[in-house]
Order: sequence, then C-alpha cells, then structure tokens
Amino acid sequence: MAVDLRPAPAAPRAAPPGRRGWRARLSRLDLKVSPYLYISPFYLLFLLFGLFPLGYTFWVSLHRWEIIGDHQFVGLRNYSRLLTDDQFWNAVVNTFGMFVIATVPQLLLALLLANALNRRLRFQTLFRMGVLLPLVTSVAAVAIVFTQIYGRDYGMANWLLHFLGVHKIDWQANRWAAWVAVSTMVDWRWTGYNALIFLAGMQAIPRDLYEAAAIDGAARRQQFWRITVPLLRPTIVFVSIISTIGGLQLFTEPLLFNFGYMNGGSLRQSQTVAMYMFENAFNRFQYGYGSAVAWMLFLMILVFSLVNFLLIRRFAGGGEK
Amino acid sequence: MRVNMHRGRIGALAIVLSAALAAATACSGDDGKTSDSNSSNEKITLTVDDFGTFGYQDLYKQFMAQHPNIKVTERNVPKLDDYLPRLQQWIAAGAGAGDVVAIEEGIMVKFKAQPDKFADLKQYGAASLQNNFLPWKWQGGMSPDGSKLIGLGTDVGSMALCYRKDLFKKAGLASDRDAVTKLWPTWDDFIKVGQQFTSKVGGKTKFIDSPETYYNTILMQEAGKGSNQTYFDQGNKFVMESNPAVKTAFDETVKMSQAGLANGVQFLSDPWSQALKKDAFATAPCPAWMLGLIKQFGGDEQQGKWDVAGVPGGGGSWGGSWLAVPTQSKHPKEAAELVQFLTSAQGQVAAFKAANNLPSSPQALNDPAVKAFANPYFNNAPVGQIYAPAAINLKPVYLGADNQEVRQAVEADLRAIAQGKLSPGSGWSKAVSDAKKASGS
Repeated sequence: MAVDLRPAPAAPRAAPPGRRGWRARLSRLDLKVSPYLYISPFYLLFLLFGLFPLGYTFWVSLHRWEIIGDHQFVGLRNYSRLLTDDQFWNAVVNTFGMFVIATVPQLLLALLLANALNRRLRFQTLFRMGVLLPLVTSVAAVAIVFTQIYGRDYGMANWLLHFLGVHKIDWQANRWAAWVAVSTMVDWRWTGYNALIFLAGMQAIPRDLYEAAAIDGAARRQQFWRITVPLLRPTIVFVSIISTIGGLQLFTEPLLFNFGYMNGGSLRQSQTVAMYMFENAFNRFQYGYGSAVAWMLFLMILVFSLVNFLLIRRFAGGGEK
Repeated sequence: MRVNMHRGRIGALAIVLSAALAAATACSGDDGKTSDSNSSNEKITLTVDDFGTFGYQDLYKQFMAQHPNIKVTERNVPKLDDYLPRLQQWIAAGAGAGDVVAIEEGIMVKFKAQPDKFADLKQYGAASLQNNFLPWKWQGGMSPDGSKLIGLGTDVGSMALCYRKDLFKKAGLASDRDAVTKLWPTWDDFIKVGQQFTSKVGGKTKFIDSPETYYNTILMQEAGKGSNQTYFDQGNKFVMESNPAVKTAFDETVKMSQAGLANGVQFLSDPWSQALKKDAFATAPCPAWMLGLIKQFGGDEQQGKWDVAGVPGGGGSWGGSWLAVPTQSKHPKEAAELVQFLTSAQGQVAAFKAANNLPSSPQALNDPAVKAFANPYFNNAPVGQIYAPAAINLKPVYLGADNQEVRQAVEADLRAIAQGKLSPGSGWSKAVSDAKKASGS
C-alpha cells in the first residue's frame, strides 16, 4: 500500500461556482472598502465636529439670534448688513494687510533658511530642530513678550529706534505699525516651521539632478532657482495654503497685542475678521451676525486658498511637467 | 510626482476645510461649574463673582467662622469690561454664574430687565432692610416693576481727585490738598493747571491718566446736575445727541487731549498700571473705589506719593454696585444670607476700611470709624471726611441697558483723539455714530 504523499488536489478550487464568487466578491470588497474603513474615524469625527457645526453655523447666521429671547428667521439679511458694515470691511483690510506683511517675507525667509539647512552643516540636527523652538513656545507667551517689546513708552523697539532718530511710535495707535508688530509675532513663530517643511521637500529632490547641473556649470544660485524651486512646487503650494488659512484666521496675537480688547485698538487699527466675529458673537451677543462673519471668513479662506493655489501653480517654475 | 501632487491636493483641501471649520465654529466652552453638590451633609461652597476690588476677604473669613459648613470662594476679574460679557453669558445660559454676583451701576439696568434670572431677596428676609440703605440705592436694586428685590447695594462712587503730591511740588504747584482743591474750581481751571504742570515737569509724565476716566467723571457730574441721564432716557431711547451733558463732557475731554495733558493709556489696561508705577501721570479722578485700585496697582513704591483733593466742578459720583443672587444658584438661601452679611452696615464699614469702597448705607456713612478714617497710602488723606458727607446727598443717574457698550465705543474714540489719530473736529460725529451702532439702534 503505497502512501500518496502528494498534496491532495486543491479542493477549494473545485468549490461550487456560487460560493467561489461570493468569496471573491468579499475579498474584492475587502480590498476596496477596507482602506476607507481605516480612514473613516477621521471623517466621522470631521462630520461630527466639522461639517455639522459648519452647517449649524450657517443656520444660525440666517437668524436674528440673541443670547436671550427667540430666534427670528431673517434670511440673508445678516449677510447684506455685513456687506455695508464698515467695521467688517475694516477687519477684512486689516486681516489681509497683516497676512501680506507677515506671509510674504516669512515664506521667502523660510525658503532661504531651508536651503541653508539643506547643506552639509556641523550640528545639522541641532540647527534643524532649533528653528522649531519658537513654535514650541505658547502663542500667549510670544504675544505678551512682543507686546512688551512694542510698548509705547517703555518698549525695547522704541528704545532701539530712538538711536536711529526715529520718534516714539505708538504701536497700537498707528495702523501700519500695529500690522508690522503683529506680523513679526506671526513670523517669529512660523518661519522655522515652514522652513522645516521646505527642507523635507528639498530632501526628496534627487541629488543627481544637482550633480548633473553642476557638471553643466550651473552655479548654486541657478541650481536653487532652476531645480530646487520648481521641484518644490507641491510643497510651496501646501505651505502657502496652510499659511493662508492661518493668516486669515489670525486672532490670538492681535488680541493680546491690544491687551485683550476685542475691538483691536481705538480705531480698530488691528482688529482681524476672527476678532470681529468673536466681538459680535461673544461681546455683543449677536450670534446670528457673528455666525455670518464666520461664514464670510470661511468663504474668504476658501476663495483665497484657491487663488493662491492657482497662482503658485502657474508661477512657481512653470517649466516642470 | 503626480501621485504626490494628487494626494497633496486632497490633503490640502481637507486641511482647508477642517481649519476653516474650526474658525467658523469657534465656540466658547467656558463655564466652570461653581457650587459643588446639593449636599446632604451640608458642606457647601458659595462662589462670589466680582470685579475690581471689593475688599471682602476678611468678611468672608468672618462669615465662614460663623457658618462652619460654608466655604466662600471669590472669583475676581480686574476689569469690568471683561466681567460683563462673562456674567451676561452665565446669566443667559442659566449656568456658570457664582452664587453671589456683583453688578455695577452701568450694567444694572441690563440685568434688572431679566428679573426672573435673579432670586427675590425679600423672600430671604431682606424686606426689612430698606432703612439700611440710601433710598435711591435701595430703589436701584428693585426690579423695574418694583415687585422683586434683585440686589442689595454695596458701595457708591462719590467723587474726588487723586494727585501726585511729590510731582505737584516738583512742578512748583500747591501740594497741600486744600490748596490743590482751590486751584481748580472748574474743569477749565483744571486744564490751565495741567498746562502749568506740563511746562514745568514734562517728559514722560503727563497730567492726566486716560481721557475716558475724566470723561466719565464729567459726564456723571453733568448728568447729575441736569437731566439725570446720559446716553438713554428712562424709556431706553437713545438721547446722546440731544443730551448736553454728554456733549459737554466730550468737549471738555477733547480739550484736555488737545492741551497735551492726556497720557492716553487705556484705563486699567497693562500700560495704565505700568504708567502708574512709572510716574507717567500725575492725576486721576477718584471715585472712592479708585483708591483701592491705585493702591493695588501702584504697589508699595507709590505709597505716600498720592493724595486726595476735591474734584473740579464740585461733587459727582461714578460707579458703585449691588450684590445679587442668580436663580441658578443651588444655595439661594445661604447666598442671600451672605449678601445680607456683606451689605450690612458693619460689612460696608469693613469693606471701606479694606478697599475704601464708600458705603451706601447711611448708618455706615455716619459711622465714626468711616468718618474718621484716614488713608495711610494717600498721605493720611481723611478719605472718610472727603467722601462720606457728599454721598448722603447723592442723586442717582439713570444708565440705560446698553450703557456699557455705548460707553466703550465713545471711550475708544476719545482715546483715538488723545492718540492724535482722530481729528477733534470729526470726533463727536464719529462717536455718535459708533455709539448708535453699539446700542444697536
């Protein structure tokens, strides 16, 4: 009696066609659906804490919604009132003003910083981590210290400026000065962070491109503008969109710069849209109007991010395909 | 690269959406629950919400000694401007407020308009206390229809003027308090003295602290002389434009700024207390409660440098508060008892000694301990003599429900004028339109 040592013919393969189809479908389903299941916690939470409040805020913005009393439906009247509200437009101008003053130098500086960090350096990790330090400090601490520096009578900034013959600046009262002061706080915190993201993007650029360019006689500066910047385009898009969102939502720095007063100065010199939203909702208790401001801010960020995205895609080294 | 791009885009979009949402839905989630448990073993905590300085620390200790089962904690906010929105939110939400809340005169009408949010103190034995308070102060604590007693009076403002004795000497001005009072019968005289002072001292030391403190002083003074109202009439109609008291106060304050007297720091902001410490202003209007604030923010190094003189224009009042018990309190009975203890004549005398908050109780005002009280911090100024006699004759000024919001708007414009960022000529019309906006009318 010989023992058949060969494996038994694969029975499952001969399984009835119906069952086989079911299994295959299940495994195909597994392949297709599982990834979505894995990422679903984020989207479920997003639905609960993101999308729902977004919709509810819109619903509130359609009402005259006082802290007490009933909620009267007013349609889009809050929005039409906003469009003619000079305090709102003042806040919009302030927000964009500070955004431009803060973001443009910040991103350029971050790019140069990243380029420098991308070279071989002694204590490389130390330097790379070092640029993150300002981010570790709390916003409030940064804002309070900077506000002291920008003190009118006893601040360090004015003290230094007086050596240059500049007359005492009332940083809160002067609109441009206030914008610059707030922008420096933002830059202090975020330049290093953006530099690090740029650096990560730069390290993904293949070395041989640089080597080839060097052989062709391209100088470092040319390498930077012809290779680094174009290949960094996705990173630049990402960073500028993140900065746009952060910049347009600016709140804590200007608030603390104005000693916690939501109006942002005697003539609202540095009140941002986020502060105006808060002022309406939680100081004046006009929740409906405040929600309308919130939605306008949301739309502004959406539109502006899109514009940013398109602009940068077009301009940041259009040669790449 | 392509794949990356794609992911980047979706990621970016997700981030755009979620971050924007975070902005759109920013919600204040601050309501610390106050009193713990409705306890069977009777151990309870009463929370007192107030602002500025009330001078109650010793009184709490006494109260706790008398009631071993009760613990009293105070949550203090230095600035009334910060205190109001919190209190408003707590009261409207029906949760979060302390068992006892302080309500200042400028915001009292707003809260009295919601009488159902506050316990009727008459139900807790306060009905018989009427004679313990100045008649108008008692009346001010009643609900609009006069049926409920919402608050019991704590202090009244009354009015004097604090000045830096040492700096006046330095400027070659009279420095004795009676002589100083004679320097300025009117506000115009006050401005002249200020100009003399500035020409002698100058530098970083200005004559007055903030335009808004002087503005409020003059406004309450003028209103008290005439119509007894400021921005609103008794029907809560906006009358700022037609009320000469507001215009007079506004113009007088602008004159001070134009004369270069104002430091321009915002009252009670960090720069204000900094300026106080660094000798950057030489005078400040002093309702009785201000004495406590100057002492608190001036600290030891300012001890003995300040003194108290009479105010130009004669008399006046600004400020003063009531204590109330929100209906949301879990221990209204004990809270009402604490309110009655703190606002009793003895309580008011103790608060006066601790923080110079001038009593609203005639018994306390006539108490020898108050009348004879001299304040060592202010060169032993006889503050009891200075404030108490005038307080008995005070007349209340009606402040509308939106008083606080309107006041803040007008003050911002006055500050802008002092900063030189708003022309005095267009200041008034801007103030009126900002005030209208703030009052929602």
